[in-house]
Amino acid sequence: MPRPKLRICKMVFTDEPDLGQPLPILPGHTSPGRLERVLRRGEFAVTTEMSPPDSADPEEVYLRARIFDGYVDAMNSTDGSGANCHMSSVGVCSLLTRRGYATVMQISCRDRNRIAIQGDVLGAAAMGVTSMLCLTGDGVQAGDQADAIPVFDLDCMSLLNAVRTMRDESRLLSGRHLTAPPKVFLGAAANPFVPPLDYRPARLQKKIEAGAQFVQTQYCFDIDRLQSYMAQVRDLGLHEKVFILVGVGPLASARAARWIREHVPGIHIPDAVIERLAKAEKPKLEGMKLCIEMIQQLREIEGVSGVHIMAYRQEEAVAEIIDASGVLQGRVPWSPGRADGQQQTRASA
Amino acid sequence: MYAMRRWTVRNSRNLERIYRQFERYLIRCHPFFTRIGYDRVEVVVRPLERWIKGRLFDCQMCGECVLSSTGMVCPMNCPKQLRNGPCGGVRQDGCCEVLPDMPCVWVEAERGSRNMRYGATIQWVQPPVDNRFKGVSSFLRVARGEHRAAAEIADL
Repeated sequence: MPRPKLRICKMVFTDEPDLGQPLPILPGHTSPGRLERVLRRGEFAVTTEMSPPDSADPEEVYLRARIFDGYVDAMNSTDGSGANCHMSSVGVCSLLTRRGYATVMQISCRDRNRIAIQGDVLGAAAMGVTSMLCLTGDGVQAGDQADAIPVFDLDCMSLLNAVRTMRDESRLLSGRHLTAPPKVFLGAAANPFVPPLDYRPARLQKKIEAGAQFVQTQYCFDIDRLQSYMAQVRDLGLHEKVFILVGVGPLASARAARWIREHVPGIHIPDAVIERLAKAEKPKLEGMKLCIEMIQQLREIEGVSGVHIMAYRQEEAVAEIIDASGVLQGRVPWSPGRADGQQQTRASA
Repeated sequence: MYAMRRWTVRNSRNLERIYRQFERYLIRCHPFFTRIGYDRVEVVVRPLERWIKGRLFDCQMCGECVLSSTGMVCPMNCPKQLRNGPCGGVRQDGCCEVLPDMPCVWVEAERGSRNMRYGATIQWVQPPVDNRFKGVSSFLRVARGEHRAAAEIADL
């Protein structure tokens, strides 16, 4: 694939926050966050995932975030993904919001009970986190500390409900009153690619009832399955009630793909994809090409509001994928420092 | 293995009908139980409930039984104890992410609920379990009116 050329352009933006100063909440919005703004404006949103460091150094967090500057509307911070211990998502998001980044704080039910989770929601919201993603979480058997106790005090559904109650009714699960509710945009995960396939759209409906405003899906490598899922979603009218961001990502090689399929829970990779990677001369480039093609196909599906690019250990590929797919259509998402009239370098495909 | 669970899923409709009758009977017994004293009744009913539901559903005695809105499959057998549907880790063969030999509790539950008269109640958002009732008889909580099964509420 030819490297894209770099072009310099200058941009002026009006909704720039002073650091530490949240944006105002627009009418009809539930959070002051940039992700909600982008989605409600009807733009095709791009989010990504950053893997928190195994470190206590804030610079490592900023370094990992900087790689996405000007390319994504929000960044998910994982919460012990794959049941492996890393810096907490509360910590990562709190650091990132100091620089003005839009973050999506992932909350998994695996490690904390309802007391801890509600406390974290308040703490994170106080630190400026405006979007939260409620997850069940992988089982502890999947990670490097399989000897840990699996908590699962709440499940993703009761968690969604709990945070929504905190936000909309200003009270905790116990009924105790909050003087200031957490103003957050609430997300959930969806996995349209694993059984029971016919029940998955109904499950999405249930999540919407529990409070989900946007969903990010598991990796999509099987467009046919997604198409049939989306058809059912549209029949139920759910695409009008929730923003659906479909998960995509580059696969590094056929071997890596097979490993992921075997070892990472919930990821469905069809044989055809693995064969294509196996046959390719440069599997890494082929993996990126697959991902780019997928994004372009997703754009055309009615009801898909954006993509969520997960490129674990290939983070540097994200910008290139976004450029090559043309998914932003010339839009440049916010990044720190751009208010200072800094020049934005932007690759044109 | 799990043969009994598969049987209960196949017969979810009949089990639902039997339970609904039983529940009416339980509620009618409330004044009688009050006279004897619930503490005393609990001593008899709790082991009985544990034995029957243990055999049929691998019941974990959470004390907040939701079998009638989960396709007659006990959600507390899910290693993540999910009470609101399957997680995203279900294997392509429909087995559990944590216990690869066990059919996913929620794949079975969905199948069971399809046969049931009030199967649509699987869509209800269940509140988190109240851990104070762990080990307590769910039957007697129904009799006391503290806990209602889905079908009963749907009827109201």
